[in-house]
Amino acid sequence: MLKVENITKRFSGITALDGVCMELHPGKVNAIIGENGAGKSTLMKILSGVYPDYEGTIFFKGGPVSFSNPREAQDKGIAIIHQELNLIPYLTITENIFLGREIINRWGLLDKRQMRQQAQALLNRLKLAVDANAVVADLKVGQQQVVEIAKALLVESDVIIMDEPTSAISEKEVAVLFGIISDLKAEGKTIVYISHKLDELFKIADRFIVLRDGRSIESGDMKGMGHDAIIQKMVGREVKVISRREERKETAPLLSAKDISLRHPVRKDENLLKNISFQVARGEILGIFGLMGAGRTELLETLFGLHPKAASGTVYMEGRKVPVQSPADAIRAGMALVPEDRKRHGLVLGMDVEKNISITTLKELEGAGLLNQNKEKALADKYIRELQIKTPSCKQAARNLSGGNQQKIVLAKWLATKPRLLMLDEPTRGIDIHAKNEIYKLILQLAEAGLGIIMVSSELPEILAVSDRVLVLAEGVLTAEIPIRLATEDTVLKAAIPKTS
Amino acid sequence: MEAIIPVKNGQSVKKYSHVLVRFQSLIALFILCVAISLLSDKFLTVTNTWNVMRQISVNICISVGMTLVVLTAGIDLSVGSVLALCGAITAGLLKNGIEIPSNNLFIGFTLLGAIVAGLLIGALLGLFNGWAITRWKVPPFVATLAMLTIARGFTMLWTGGYPISSLGSGFDYIGTGWLLGIPVPVWISGIVVAAAIVLTKKTRLGRYVYAIGGNEQAAKLSGIRINKIKMAVYTTAGALAAIGGIMVTSRLDSAQPNAGITYELDAIAAVVIGGTSLSGGRGSILGTVLGAVIIGVLNNGLVLLNVSPFWQQVVKGGVILLAVIIDKANTKTE
Repeated sequence: MLKVENITKRFSGITALDGVCMELHPGKVNAIIGENGAGKSTLMKILSGVYPDYEGTIFFKGGPVSFSNPREAQDKGIAIIHQELNLIPYLTITENIFLGREIINRWGLLDKRQMRQQAQALLNRLKLAVDANAVVADLKVGQQQVVEIAKALLVESDVIIMDEPTSAISEKEVAVLFGIISDLKAEGKTIVYISHKLDELFKIADRFIVLRDGRSIESGDMKGMGHDAIIQKMVGREVKVISRREERKETAPLLSAKDISLRHPVRKDENLLKNISFQVARGEILGIFGLMGAGRTELLETLFGLHPKAASGTVYMEGRKVPVQSPADAIRAGMALVPEDRKRHGLVLGMDVEKNISITTLKELEGAGLLNQNKEKALADKYIRELQIKTPSCKQAARNLSGGNQQKIVLAKWLATKPRLLMLDEPTRGIDIHAKNEIYKLILQLAEAGLGIIMVSSELPEILAVSDRVLVLAEGVLTAEIPIRLATEDTVLKAAIPKTS
Repeated sequence: MEAIIPVKNGQSVKKYSHVLVRFQSLIALFILCVAISLLSDKFLTVTNTWNVMRQISVNICISVGMTLVVLTAGIDLSVGSVLALCGAITAGLLKNGIEIPSNNLFIGFTLLGAIVAGLLIGALLGLFNGWAITRWKVPPFVATLAMLTIARGFTMLWTGGYPISSLGSGFDYIGTGWLLGIPVPVWISGIVVAAAIVLTKKTRLGRYVYAIGGNEQAAKLSGIRINKIKMAVYTTAGALAAIGGIMVTSRLDSAQPNAGITYELDAIAAVVIGGTSLSGGRGSILGTVLGAVIIGVLNNGLVLLNVSPFWQQVVKGGVILLAVIIDKANTKTE
């Protein structure tokens, strides 16, 4: 009933989806399976009208359709429950459910009673024992997720897309959700289900569609599929073994972290990181892998002093205990962090290349209290040359450069601080393959030069190609530490998938 | 290579439009001057020119502080009240000193002592603003709005609601004197502007101000102590308001309890007309000076042309709106 043909989607030159074809079966739960970055969410956003510009065709109810916004898709019968919560916190449940579809009485005013009744009925159906007039901000995250589901059920839809609907809800709520999914199936609805939790897929899914690197790889019946077979299909590609350099000689640890924990910012009794201890040696590249929500970014942020109040644990640099309460402390201790989101956290986009590079080391560029512009330019030029940053001049605003070159600017500003430990969070996210290779080369060179490197990535091949050792996180717990000669996509991914106990 | 070519074009367009923006305000100022001088023969006289410059020096001092604050994506609504309080304190100390009746103690103040005390109070109030904004995360709008009321209240308490006048010889030199053929207030505001230009263009602090306004998160992750910088900026704004207060008091030889009311709006207007973005990270001191001059000339011209004060306000508002609309249109093409 819903079929897509040759869907291709590019984001400023990077191909996220590449000729995806798939067919969704009505009355069935169709699971979309793939690693992080395989293109699942992008595909769902196209189906639900969030991204109106793409190549290829969607066929729905027998004919080609195109949606210019989510509302149009909804009106035609495709509803989506997004991975991120899209609720307005200070409105009530009812107001959220009916947002944009308010019922108006004959006086042109909101028909609150009518809306409330319908909302309450939906909540009852979802077995959420909460007053429909409760303010969303007061609900637990799991309950909010249920409201999100109610929102999608309000409109009679033929296709319901669920993108990680269980990422925040309790087991009891999952059971209720699965009950509803069965009902919807019986009504002949098409369910599209995305989840990292493989166990769930075995319980609920009828069919699977595998996406890998933006391509649709395979589809079929879930029946008879095993755990390992699914992982095999997700990973798929021939495993590249790059013997990139000689075995490292063991050296004394550069960084040693003990019992790092991080409290959840809202739910105080919950920890985002649970007693994580590990070491990094000089010249070593430590890869950290984990799925969404595993706590990878939080770990780096904690080490870098961004959560002084919520974090606990001790950090030693070269055997000396360093109290890291702020990024400034971390920098003084010899750390550097290249953040995941370079546009929001890495760069001042409106400033030029030169000023972005020099921002971490302005103190050293001062003479008699004033900035020495010649020194500053020399510094920028040095890194533009060394890292081969492609920019018309060092006065170019960072905003106008490509993703790969922006990433090099962020690297440059950190290398300027002469760090001993370089932490990289998704260093190649959103940059093209050529720039990726350049970044890998740089990372290897830096390790050769004696820097300790921690590289967080959600791309397994990248982790396996570059690291000396791999740490795997799952839901804030360090689940595995694997030397590179024993690490395969299989072993790493198995450790990364949370076990539903 | 493909990626580089449009960037190059983009830059030349941007450079061009950037020059155009500066040019535009200058053209506007020029047309304004020509128009007024055609309509009134009193405008382009030496006396009037010095008069206008003397008048705008106060706004220039405040606006420079405001520019720094706005560059960090903040705002300071308290400058008018701080100006009044610091002027009154300087005047009061100069005239009456401090008497503590219980100890039969009297502290007299020299001219310099009274001025320094006024400046210190201004800096302190600014520091308090910065503290509330950084330590307690009070939005700048609210923190400085509170200070607007608090400082005005203290001004009333200190003066009892009456002007403090006849401040003795010597003090009036600051507001009315001449040095090397140039009015003293013009010297003062000139020095403030020069120092601020050096600060913004040539120092670490200045660079951090732009970085914080451009992307506070990135600045923080770069190891910049955001809170320290912000406190420094609000302290500077307070001290500059105090300088303005002392100049006003000196010119009138009197500290008025209701001095400086709505001065913060003139300062914001100068900043905005000067092309500084209220969302921070983009703008310049020279732009603000140009903005202050435009407002000053406009005020002066409307008075010379006998335009009713009510219409003056309408015209001023229109100019502010127009300036921002033009600026928005220009940044959109970038």
